[in-house]
Amino acid sequence: MRVGLFIPCFMNELYPKSCMATLKLLQSVGLNVDYPTNQTCCGQPMANSGCSKDMKELAYQFVEIFKSYDYIVAPSGSCVTMVKEHYEPFFEDDDPDYNKVKTSIYEVCEFLHDIVKVEKIDVSFPHKVGLHNSCHGHRALGLGTPTELNISQKNKLKNLLNLVDGIEIVDLKRDDECCGFGGTFCVTEEDISVAMGKDRINDHLNAHAEVITGADMSCLMHMQGLINRDKRPVKVMHITEILAGEF
Amino acid sequence: MSNFDHPQKAKDFVANDERMHWHDKALWFVREKRDISSKSIPEWETLREYANQIKTHTMANLDKYLLEFEENANKRGITVHFAKDAKEHNEIVHKILEQNNVKKVVKSKSMLTEECHLNPYLESKGMEVVDTDLGERIVQFRNEPPSHIVLPAIHLKKEDVAQTFHEKINTDKDNSDPTYLTRAARDHLREKFLGADAGITGVNFAIAQTGGVVVCTNEGNADMGASVPKLHIACMGIEKIIPRLKDLSVFTRLLARSATGQPITSYTSHFHGPVEGGQMHIVIVDNKRTPFLQSNSYQKALNCIRCGACMNTCPIYRRSGGHSYEYVIPGPIGSTLATFRDPKKYKTLSFACSLCGSCSNVCPVKIDLDSQLYTHRQDLREKNIISNKKRLAMQFSVWLMKNPTLFNLAGKVARKIVPLLPKALIYNKLNVWGKQRDIPTMPSKSFKELYKEEQK
Amino acid sequence: MSSKDLIINSIRKENVVKNCSLPDYENFGITFEDKIEKFKQMVKSVGGEAICLKEEQLDEKIKELYPDLNLIATNVTECSLGNIDANEQEDAHKLKDIELAVVKGEFAVAENGAVWIQNSENRHRSLYFIAHNIILVVKKDDIVNNMHEAYEKIAFENSTYGVFVSGPSKTADIEQSLVIGAHGPKSGYVFFIE
Repeated sequence: MRVGLFIPCFMNELYPKSCMATLKLLQSVGLNVDYPTNQTCCGQPMANSGCSKDMKELAYQFVEIFKSYDYIVAPSGSCVTMVKEHYEPFFEDDDPDYNKVKTSIYEVCEFLHDIVKVEKIDVSFPHKVGLHNSCHGHRALGLGTPTELNISQKNKLKNLLNLVDGIEIVDLKRDDECCGFGGTFCVTEEDISVAMGKDRINDHLNAHAEVITGADMSCLMHMQGLINRDKRPVKVMHITEILAGEF
Repeated sequence: MSNFDHPQKAKDFVANDERMHWHDKALWFVREKRDISSKSIPEWETLREYANQIKTHTMANLDKYLLEFEENANKRGITVHFAKDAKEHNEIVHKILEQNNVKKVVKSKSMLTEECHLNPYLESKGMEVVDTDLGERIVQFRNEPPSHIVLPAIHLKKEDVAQTFHEKINTDKDNSDPTYLTRAARDHLREKFLGADAGITGVNFAIAQTGGVVVCTNEGNADMGASVPKLHIACMGIEKIIPRLKDLSVFTRLLARSATGQPITSYTSHFHGPVEGGQMHIVIVDNKRTPFLQSNSYQKALNCIRCGACMNTCPIYRRSGGHSYEYVIPGPIGSTLATFRDPKKYKTLSFACSLCGSCSNVCPVKIDLDSQLYTHRQDLREKNIISNKKRLAMQFSVWLMKNPTLFNLAGKVARKIVPLLPKALIYNKLNVWGKQRDIPTMPSKSFKELYKEEQK
Repeated sequence: MSSKDLIINSIRKENVVKNCSLPDYENFGITFEDKIEKFKQMVKSVGGEAICLKEEQLDEKIKELYPDLNLIATNVTECSLGNIDANEQEDAHKLKDIELAVVKGEFAVAENGAVWIQNSENRHRSLYFIAHNIILVVKKDDIVNNMHEAYEKIAFENSTYGVFVSGPSKTADIEQSLVIGAHGPKSGYVFFIE
């Protein structure tokens, strides 16, 4: 089973630690992981600002790079959603390469939960942790059940975190409200974006979280930016860092 | 060319931090009530699917059902009028009123009549129009548009209402108790009901099979307004048609629960004919609705039953308020409707969205709201309505990303140089991110570099 | 071309909505073991109240709940307290001082505390709204589980009006504070007659 590691462009540049944790996490369950170094970006910033037609070339590039892997795994719900849903218009319905890529790409927690079916994690993290359910992973990939739906409430991220020794996941007032990153939204609607981020942070602080974690680094980056500016007493860690024991 | 800019309006709303949070909490509370209510119905998600099917089937056969509705309504002595646009709608309504020597009209909630600006039109013709829904009366007194389609005065505090009522109906300006104010409004509006020559209502659902219309209220104002005066005019968009009487079972179970969390509105009137010795008219309006039927991407927007659930869940609506959308209907559904109808004016609305997807999940008829907003962005780009700056920036980024070596180099340069720059240079006016957030710390090596080192 | 034709033609031109079939509601919808109990709970949650009683107890109960009322209209045979006949009034405006309307309901709906009123013998539909207080009288056996069952019992062949009434009138338009008694009746009881 060959796994291709897909690393979001900004994570590669700004959060190498989380990327390393993702790699280590996948290797720790015995997987043969390859990181094709000619990858750049899935094109999400373009699509987000209305220029999805312009990123057609990036979509072809992506499929070309990753088509030979059995699984493609990324530490990002939004990037995976990009490939699975928004690349569709660029390919024919019966394009074998895209169809293969589309059905074999997973967010890392989804992959560990559903495919590898991890049951044991040898890590101790005796801290109060607030889980941020990033919108793409949550609603588009089904990492957790959205609270507005009347179907049984499940959360893959919580299931994985609960395998960590000593961890306490705190109860938030709003389990899955958006943090306000939203891609270009964070600058085009800056005031609302900041207000939303601050409200999320306050929810975690009121629940006494020591660490805010989640599966999408973009959300965490946005909240980290606010936390650092306002000097709030809470840390931010990507979920792979906790699960891989890289802290 | 309009200068309407949602971010600027949002900025003003957010600036009053206390009021913005109060507004946000008030609407989140309504969302929570909706959740409790929807979760008490095990078949809730099936109901949503049924509603989606009913609406889709109806829109696919809309011409047939409109004609069936007209025929059945006519058989009941109801006069049906068709208006191609807002202007014609206003003229038709005015003509009916004039022919019946109407001077005073009571009107219940109707987003359609808001859309057509009926009130100012009738007032210009010398008629008195009183909005009888309490929230609408409040905003009418204040000369403001409603800020929410179900809760028109949600943006106002009780002290604001006390002040307005003191000015307009002589209540005690220091008494802001909601019960006191509501009682005063009841007395004031009761006089209006009793003195009115005609009642205008909206329509929640028009039933093709029977030729009747259904109006849902909690206050009983539409019901009073349509049954005390002898003349009843019901105004509706073409999309309000549903095929069969029994299809109401689905919508009456979904509407109030989605809107406010109640199991049903206090009153669900089924108007199938005028009162004794009276007249009933129905005005059916197109006003740019038919183009939706020709659109693969936006057709579902026509299925809206005006419950407001999408607004209550939208984190942007809650923090920017209904007035910031400058369209008769705000929130996610308003954004997609407005952008479709007037993309140039409303180009900022599809970006007033973080694409969180919550709206689509609460919509009782399963409109793909978040997908529509995403698609609008692509369409704006196609029509060249997005700013040139943005487009060029994106094209440059794509060019960079197609070349891994160049891309890696750009990253490396940024990581090396940014830590060396003085803060004043980094956090300047051009750095929008940096206004209220710190930029991430620049690591010395990218993951790619670390990986390559490990491989050696 | 008339506006009607313009609109119909516009709809027919390039309608891309894909047709699908309409759902069937047979055996669909939540059911309750004790419908009356569920109804009581639901009508209470919307500001009303439901009481079970025998025919003979009706007048007494009304006097107990509304001891000070003077003008009462009723179209229910079990009630003898009516002192104004709404049907005899030519003009609906004359009903404005009716303090209590005791009216016949066809059946009740357990899931939402609503009562269906469709009485062709009632001359003025405004009676249900203009009265200051209202009591809906329903036979105890005339109760269904949900709205799908309800609509099976409704037809408009020979009728020009019907209404579901659930609780008294109300509004929360001022700062989301619920106030019972908006424009319609300020209080609403449902009497289930055995």
